[in-house]
Amino acid sequence: MPALLRRVGRLAVVLAVVTVITFLLVAALPGDVALDIAGADASAEDVAEIRAEIGLDRPLVVRYLDWVSGIVIGDWGQSWRTGERVWDAIVQRLPASLELMLLAQVVAVSLAIPAALLCARAPDGRVDRAIGFLAFGSVSMPSFMTAVLLILLFSLTLGWLPATGYEPLSAGLWENLRPMILPALSLGLVEWTALMRTLRAEMIGVLQENYIALARAKGMSDRRILVVHALRPSSFSMITLLGLQVGRLMGGSIIIEQIFGIPGVGRLLVTSVFSRDFMMIQGCVTFFALAYVLVNFCTDLAYARLDPRVRGFGGKAGAHG
Amino acid sequence: MADVAAPLPKSGVAAVEARHAEAIAAHRRRRRLGPVFWIPAAWLVALILAAAAAPWLGLAPPDEIDWMAIQVPPGSEGHVLGTDVLGRDILSRLLHGARVSLTVGFAAPAIGVGIGLALGLAAGYFRGWVDEVVGVLIDAWLAIPGLAVLLLFSAVFGGSLSMVCLSLGLLFIPAAARITRAQTLSYANREFVLAARAMGASDARILLREVLPNIIWPLMAFVMIDIPIAIVIEGALSFLGLSVKAPTPSWGGMIAEGREHIEGASWISLIPTAAMFVTVLSFNLAGDVLRRRFADTREAAL
Repeated sequence: MPALLRRVGRLAVVLAVVTVITFLLVAALPGDVALDIAGADASAEDVAEIRAEIGLDRPLVVRYLDWVSGIVIGDWGQSWRTGERVWDAIVQRLPASLELMLLAQVVAVSLAIPAALLCARAPDGRVDRAIGFLAFGSVSMPSFMTAVLLILLFSLTLGWLPATGYEPLSAGLWENLRPMILPALSLGLVEWTALMRTLRAEMIGVLQENYIALARAKGMSDRRILVVHALRPSSFSMITLLGLQVGRLMGGSIIIEQIFGIPGVGRLLVTSVFSRDFMMIQGCVTFFALAYVLVNFCTDLAYARLDPRVRGFGGKAGAHG
Repeated sequence: MADVAAPLPKSGVAAVEARHAEAIAAHRRRRRLGPVFWIPAAWLVALILAAAAAPWLGLAPPDEIDWMAIQVPPGSEGHVLGTDVLGRDILSRLLHGARVSLTVGFAAPAIGVGIGLALGLAAGYFRGWVDEVVGVLIDAWLAIPGLAVLLLFSAVFGGSLSMVCLSLGLLFIPAAARITRAQTLSYANREFVLAARAMGASDARILLREVLPNIIWPLMAFVMIDIPIAIVIEGALSFLGLSVKAPTPSWGGMIAEGREHIEGASWISLIPTAAMFVTVLSFNLAGDVLRRRFADTREAAL
């Protein structure tokens, strides 16, 4: 599988470039960390000592290599502010973020599939246009605005759901899900449109195929054709998109976690930026990038499994026409 | 034979003419942009004009505190859209905030597409190692979540309007570069490019005079999709307090400020929310109509 190997190699290069970009950006952050840690009335010697202690007196290249080699062997460093290990801090906050993103995708997919089926059934019909317009409205409503409206309606006016907070799964399933509903809706209500459009377009194409005509000629019902015969072959692009959307979801989760007070990785990143916790920022951004790249790599693998035409991985799509 | 055949061409001509007229009418129908374009366009033009003229409209300055009218609802005397918790006029803040949103909305995609265009042209035309390097850079840039990059940028460079435009613009590079590269690849070996090369044209001349004019329109369609996206991201940034600094009003900042008082004075948040929604929706709708038009024109030209 030389194609697979080449991809893995490229992946490694991409990740290396990511670490360089992140490191340079963080290194450019203004303010002297050593001075921050030492406090305003520390002597110059104290500051110099702290600087030497956390290794800030070394050249940039050395600091970078030190940090990256640490990541390779699993040592992500530790926060200069709280002393927390970066990796532990991320892993501890990961469940909340993962749950949020997963629930948001569930919302998005469960809206997108029925909507796309309805649209593809009669393209350019009344239903199709109505859903299309709804999608335009939905995509014009950024998640932070949806969040504010949902909180106003469901927490403050109706009092059905909490506006902030997070309960771990150990507190019980419903206790855990309840405060996650509004955040997941805020994110999912934006993301479903892209999925719906992709699925709709591909499904309209699939419905032109001969085997669909055959199924129709056999007297199969519209619904059965759409769900049983057309959905799977139409869903390839949507699956790729699900992977690509992880990047946007991570971006969206940063702001949604902030609004709803969910202790996730995104919130960790925002807090670290505000407190200029360099090691933590570097760790979080690298972690996000790593997650994104791996998810998309796995999406490609899943795609190859679903679509027998893409077995070769090097892009032999369409070998069977 | 002749008298039998004679009427036939006549009716044939009539049929052809009729079909022709029908085609022209259909074409006209398609050329008409319709209310789905004109209503959003009217809102956008009005907004742009009002935002540009904001300081001269006779409104209270956006940071002026009216002690006599703290947190008054919309429709109050002297404050058409009411005031916020500090007694600042919401209409004035809305229009001044629109300047930020619109500036970022136009400038950021322009910067991103400009850089992406250069990278994509180079990658698609020279191929080889240039292509590899550009590809890796773009993949790496895509892997970092945009909001994380923006958080870092705003922390590094502070919240001036030009820095927000620039850092947001960087986010639009990857997609623009990929589209340009794909388009360039498809044109790089066309006959007219080969002819230009055979005549001894330089690479720069071929790129600028032969390739660029062909790929610029699909890219323009792409810019139109980017404008609302840029406005939304700027909104998110200012909502987090990481866009332009405090006294300068911005829509996201107004929504965030009003959030704490949303129970008693929901209009403080809801008015900028509505403004942003209508504006982004307008850009999306008008942009979609124009994009289809571009696609039609290109198909017709082929």
